[in-house]
Amino acid sequence: MKDNILIIGGGIAGLEAASQLLKLGYNPIIVEKSDHLGGHVADWNRLFPDMTPAEEVVSRLVAETSEANIFLNTEISFVNKLKDSYNIMLSNGISVITGTLLFATGFSMFDASKKEEYGYGIYNQVMTNRDLEHWFNTGKDARIPEEGPAAMGFVHCVGSRDEKARNPQCSKVCCITAVKQAIEMKQKFPEAMIYCFYMDLRMFGKKYEDFYISAQRDYGIRFIRGRVSEVSENIEGKLIVKAEDTLSGKPVKVTLDLLVLMAGIVCNPDTCKTAGLISLPVDSDGFLKSRDNIADITESPKEGIFYAGACTGPKTVPETLAEARSAALEIHNYISRKK
Amino acid sequence: MDFGFKISPSSAVNLDNVDLSLYDRLAEVEPDIRKCIACGSCSASCPANRFSGMSVRKAILGLQRGKEKEVAKMLSTCMLCGKCSMVCPRGINTRHLILSICKFYKED
Ligand SMILES: Cc1cc2nc3c(=O)[nH]c(=O)nc-3n(C[C@H](O)[C@H](O)[C@H](O)COP(=O)(O)OP(=O)(O)OC[C@H]3O[C@@H](n4cnc5c(N)ncnc54)[C@H](O)[C@@H]3O)c2cc1C
Ligand code: SF4
Ligand code: SF4
Ligand code: SF4
Repeated sequence: MKDNILIIGGGIAGLEAASQLLKLGYNPIIVEKSDHLGGHVADWNRLFPDMTPAEEVVSRLVAETSEANIFLNTEISFVNKLKDSYNIMLSNGISVITGTLLFATGFSMFDASKKEEYGYGIYNQVMTNRDLEHWFNTGKDARIPEEGPAAMGFVHCVGSRDEKARNPQCSKVCCITAVKQAIEMKQKFPEAMIYCFYMDLRMFGKKYEDFYISAQRDYGIRFIRGRVSEVSENIEGKLIVKAEDTLSGKPVKVTLDLLVLMAGIVCNPDTCKTAGLISLPVDSDGFLKSRDNIADITESPKEGIFYAGACTGPKTVPETLAEARSAALEIHNYISRKK
Repeated sequence: MDFGFKISPSSAVNLDNVDLSLYDRLAEVEPDIRKCIACGSCSASCPANRFSGMSVRKAILGLQRGKEKEVAKMLSTCMLCGKCSMVCPRGINTRHLILSICKFYKED
């Protein structure tokens, strides 16, 4: 009989791991709490660094996992530890016995309305990075005027690197996402004046610096080094954004038609709930704690429990996929060793 | 000898000559001063900034670069309203820090 492997989360991490485990001859079972596969990537439009359609990535993974058992709209209800396996009760009434679990529960987006000074949910022209991706996909959002904004801005580090928001971590992907989205907006609305308000630009990945150079040189995006202090609305319903231009040392004020908040990546509270069922430790950044952050990032400190993707911290798509493959191999080695 | 012109003193910060002993003593009671990332939130929200140029960011930087006199002058325009403490993403109690700076630089 093929070994069951329970994968919690049907985002790209869970799907990629399942696809590899199928090839290695196992029986992966994916439990996904939402009504669709692909996780966050299913909400995105085009992916940096090559502007690959996100839909392409997700549908390839879904096709590769057609043989796997997949339960949508399902969560883990409770877990019983047996001698050397787990008896897991799902919310749909099915129970699974397995010696191996893979957490691929991903992240949550920081709730931008918590930063009241930025006006999300208060002013009509304030949206998030996620809302903008949604608009790229659907073309539907009342906040974006048909003729395009005359002037718009991106606010970096919303709910990241922020002790007040209780998230001192850098979310890692939002600098490049802001620059990517700024370029996409400029392509759609060449007349628009576009600003990025940043504290530091973290362009760490392959070709990210090229995006930055292109944003400056080819698209004329204006980069202002200063954290936005507050957003307000004038009588005409336009946004007034204030910051310090820390490079000139002077306060700046600009009137905008649209503001995009780069909401950060935080630990998914459902992950913590499920992890709590088997007393998995949480790291100081709020994400699941690996056995070792250098050598064993895909292993938990508990035997038979593995991790892949953004449940251990902010990650890009290629990083997530690489980790999922690595976790599948770790699981294969673990099961082979036990036999 | 009078050449009819004089050379103005260099405005360069020579880190070899900057005396940071007072700053180090300040940092012992206000360790958070070392956490500043120069984001400018404090200056942008400061009601005195527009009129006097008051800026906690510049004050911190000034102390780190040995420009104590300029900092002391700037701080005299702070109204201690505490707005800056509310916005600092590094959670620095800037109002408390300003009071400590005043105390330290008055002592001397
Ligand atoms: C705005 C934005 C844009 C981005 N754009 C790019 C890009 O262009 N290129 C790039 O490389 N990266 C990009 N990223 C990063 C990318 O989104 C992540 O790398 C990727 O989503 C990580 O995948 P994951 O499977 O680990 O997590 P997720 O995508 O979060 O998927 C986790 C899945 O698990 C499910 N789940 C969670 N908890 C439970 C539970 N308890 N029980 C059952 N199911 C559960 C969730 O419903 C979800 O389907 C972007 C990120 C953001 C925020
Ligand atoms: S990636 Fe950039 S925008 Fe995102 S938290 Fe880090 S510094 Fe801020
Ligand atoms: S306490 Fe001083 S520096 Fe801070 S906002 Fe008020 S006036 Fe400005
Ligand atoms: S708000 Fe805090 S971190 Fe930012 S410049 Fe001011 S003191 Fe430094």
